[in-house]
Amino acid sequence: MKVTVDQDKCCAAGTCVLIAPEVFDQREDDGVVILLDTAPAGNLHAAVRECAAVCPAGAIHVGEDA
Amino acid sequence: MSAPADVLVVGASAAGLSTAEALRRKGFQGGLTVLGAEPHLPYDRPPLSKQVLSGAWEPDRAFLRRSAELSALNAEFVLHDPAVGLDAEARTVHTASGGVLRAEAIVVATGLRPRTFAGQDGLAGVHVLRTLDDALALRAELMTSSRVVVVGDGVLGTEIAATARTMGLAVTLAGPQPAPLESQFGPLVAGQLAELHTGQGVDLRLGAAVTGLAERNGRVTGVELATGEVLPADVVVVAFGAVPATDWLAGSGLKVDNGVVCDSWCRAADGVYAVGDVARWYHSGFHTLLRLENRTNATEQAGHVAATILGESRPYTPVPFFWTDQFDVKIQVHGVLSADAEVTVVDGDMAQGRFVARYRRNGATVGVLGWRMPKQTRVRRQEVVDAFTS
Ligand SMILES: Cc1cc2nc3c(=O)[nH]c(=O)nc-3n(C[C@H](O)[C@H](O)[C@H](O)COP(=O)(O)OP(=O)(O)OC[C@H]3O[C@@H](n4cnc5c(N)ncnc54)[C@H](O)[C@@H]3O)c2cc1C
Ligand code: SF4
Repeated sequence: MKVTVDQDKCCAAGTCVLIAPEVFDQREDDGVVILLDTAPAGNLHAAVRECAAVCPAGAIHVGEDA
Repeated sequence: MSAPADVLVVGASAAGLSTAEALRRKGFQGGLTVLGAEPHLPYDRPPLSKQVLSGAWEPDRAFLRRSAELSALNAEFVLHDPAVGLDAEARTVHTASGGVLRAEAIVVATGLRPRTFAGQDGLAGVHVLRTLDDALALRAELMTSSRVVVVGDGVLGTEIAATARTMGLAVTLAGPQPAPLESQFGPLVAGQLAELHTGQGVDLRLGAAVTGLAERNGRVTGVELATGEVLPADVVVVAFGAVPATDWLAGSGLKVDNGVVCDSWCRAADGVYAVGDVARWYHSGFHTLLRLENRTNATEQAGHVAATILGESRPYTPVPFFWTDQFDVKIQVHGVLSADAEVTVVDGDMAQGRFVARYRRNGATVGVLGWRMPKQTRVRRQEVVDAFTS
């Protein structure tokens, strides 16, 4: 799994951090998403897919190949 | 309960798309149809009053999914064909083009329609903002105008005022509250919001009811206040609320009262559900019927309804959340604020323009509001969760 985020689109809702704090964090100053792990371990895949689906800004993309 | 053979979602926007996606994510393999009134594939509304209106984003960026992602959903999108009737018992939907769609489960996701002044339609220079087409039409007109009056002192009105101001127009904001959003934010934070707008040059004409529009030769010329004053305008944006889009449900057998009335599981009738802005369901944590008009609820409630359709049984009890961006300020709200709550700044400093405010009633934290401190605000969300689950 390969995860990417679009920091320009992120509206700093923090939904992803609530679901998968191992993979996402927010910048201290403006709350924009920080990707902590671009290739999360298998046990996190379901949570990361959930994040991509519920991100209100559509700012998270998950590629399945890598 | 076993999964239905097929599901029809009426409304092809945030809540409708999320329902379809959540169904597939949870393994639903039956037939899936998404019916939408608009000609467009699902797009996102929050950017419409912000990046799309200002021109910072091309309209394409507001679309929620790439076409490959939509194809992978294996759902049929029937667009540009509004539902005009529902028979809840027969689970049949009739469309404007004469189509008849039947499914074992139906999800109502038709959102809201803006409130307007009587006689506003057909008057040039008057706009509402709900759809992408609305946003593009308003943007085009703002580009060639110099004076705009925004009617509405809520979230949408203040956002539009801020965006129009950054586009260089002379902006007046009119509405009945003493300060913008005061009935939710209370006087302290609403006062700070008023200062933000005034400091950026928005002319706040608050505390007076707006009674109507002034016109000449079919074009708006201003906004009339109860005081008798007329605020002159080249363009007027009417943003004083929206009502659930439920006209098409007349005679359906569903109970409609300020939204589609649902039980704690967001069920409106056997096999019929409602999600998003249109749904008014019984929040069993707050012990009341609740209808939320915000973006994250649309997705969260959709996920919940998808699970319910597939046989899971949990009441929907979210902690409400919304955000708004105005000038360089991002405001985030977790929980439910109220004007009579006791407000304490618990992080940052109002004078520095960065803070987190905690709202308490009867000793319980009912909400937290962050002003340019999204992360620090999210960290405090747990206090709201604790207060209403304990
Ligand atoms: C300009 C704007 C800015 C916003 N900014 C924010 C923000 O910053 N933060 C936030 O939290 N929320 C914001 N919101 C609110 C958020 O966008 C909504 O909560 C969200 O769009 C709700 O999604 P929904 O799918 O329930 O309804 P909608 O997005 O309204 O979608 C309903 C869809 O159903 C369609 N429809 C209606 N009637 C029929 C019918 N009879 N048949 C078929 N289809 C029908 C409509 O055309 C529409 O496409 C904003 C809203 C607007 C308009
Ligand atoms: S959920 Fe989306 S919008 Fe919210 S912080 Fe994460 S990436 Fe940003």
